[in-house]
Amino acid sequence: MPDKNDLFQYLLRLGDNALILGQRLSEWCGHGPVLEQDIAITNIALDLIGQTRSWYQYAAEIEGKGRSEDDIAYFRDAPEFKNVLLVEQPNEDWAYTIVRQFLFDVFNFYLHRELSNSNDEQVAAIAQKSLKEITYHLRYSSEWVIRLGDGTEISHKKMQTALDDLWMFSGELTEADDLDRAMAKAGIGADLEKIRPLISARMKEIFEEATLQIPANPWMQSGGKQGGHSEHLGYILADMQFLQRTYPNNEW
Amino acid sequence: MKSWPLWEVFIRSKNGLSHKHAGSLHAADAQMAIENARDVYCRRNEGVSIWVVESANITASDPAESDPFFEPAKDKVYRHPTFYDLPDEIKHM
Repeated sequence: MPDKNDLFQYLLRLGDNALILGQRLSEWCGHGPVLEQDIAITNIALDLIGQTRSWYQYAAEIEGKGRSEDDIAYFRDAPEFKNVLLVEQPNEDWAYTIVRQFLFDVFNFYLHRELSNSNDEQVAAIAQKSLKEITYHLRYSSEWVIRLGDGTEISHKKMQTALDDLWMFSGELTEADDLDRAMAKAGIGADLEKIRPLISARMKEIFEEATLQIPANPWMQSGGKQGGHSEHLGYILADMQFLQRTYPNNEW
Repeated sequence: MKSWPLWEVFIRSKNGLSHKHAGSLHAADAQMAIENARDVYCRRNEGVSIWVVESANITASDPAESDPFFEPAKDKVYRHPTFYDLPDEIKHM
């Protein structure tokens, strides 16, 4: 049976994915290619950060050491973050951002569908609410993958380049470790083996319609969930945590 | 983006019976227009239903013809149903 620390670590993974991706998307604020997409992408960022709050609040409660959601967000260093490597990859351009978003959204959708039936009531409740937002995120990113992939020569080329670079980060999403297996066995977490084929099928379907090729090389990056991050995370946290660390407990 | 058509957006709120004009936006096609309308005009729970129409498909009355179109209706009081004496028993009319 998983213990409190296992649940705490599992919740951190969920919250950290949402926070780091939300932070990345926030970098687009005011810089979107078109007004409506600037608003759309920052809406998604806000949704994700909202989800982070739910996961962190529950995590803080489970940890029982008196930490708050803010402590968890602002006063942990990179090795303590348990997000997947995909979400810390740079925005680069709109193609990279959309491909990264789509790869994450497909996984996140099926993950939250499973979590909605969790034996842990709080996990199920958070997942059910988040699933509505994530369903829209997936619709949004899927539509953009199709339009840009099956678009002009330029947009297709940029999308294929992005997919060629980001594909190696998609494997980690459904790579199960001991914690994943323990939580799935207890009926609290999601069974990654079960959702992997669903995720693959959906990705294949959308990439085909977008006339994009899934890279042939099966090798996958990994280690983010265990706290082994790329150098990107250091810069993201420096941006995000600077204010709170310099002026601790400062408020609006 | 320069070749994307302009779309007019109409939103019906949950307390409303009709879609009201909320604004306009650019999008490549109807599906994108619906999503953009949701992202731009429904952030604060403004609506439960969205209509989008390409601006080119809307025909509007010509302001130069306002006089012959609208003036004549201003002083025809007999067209308004205001000359009935309602019995006291009728509460909701």
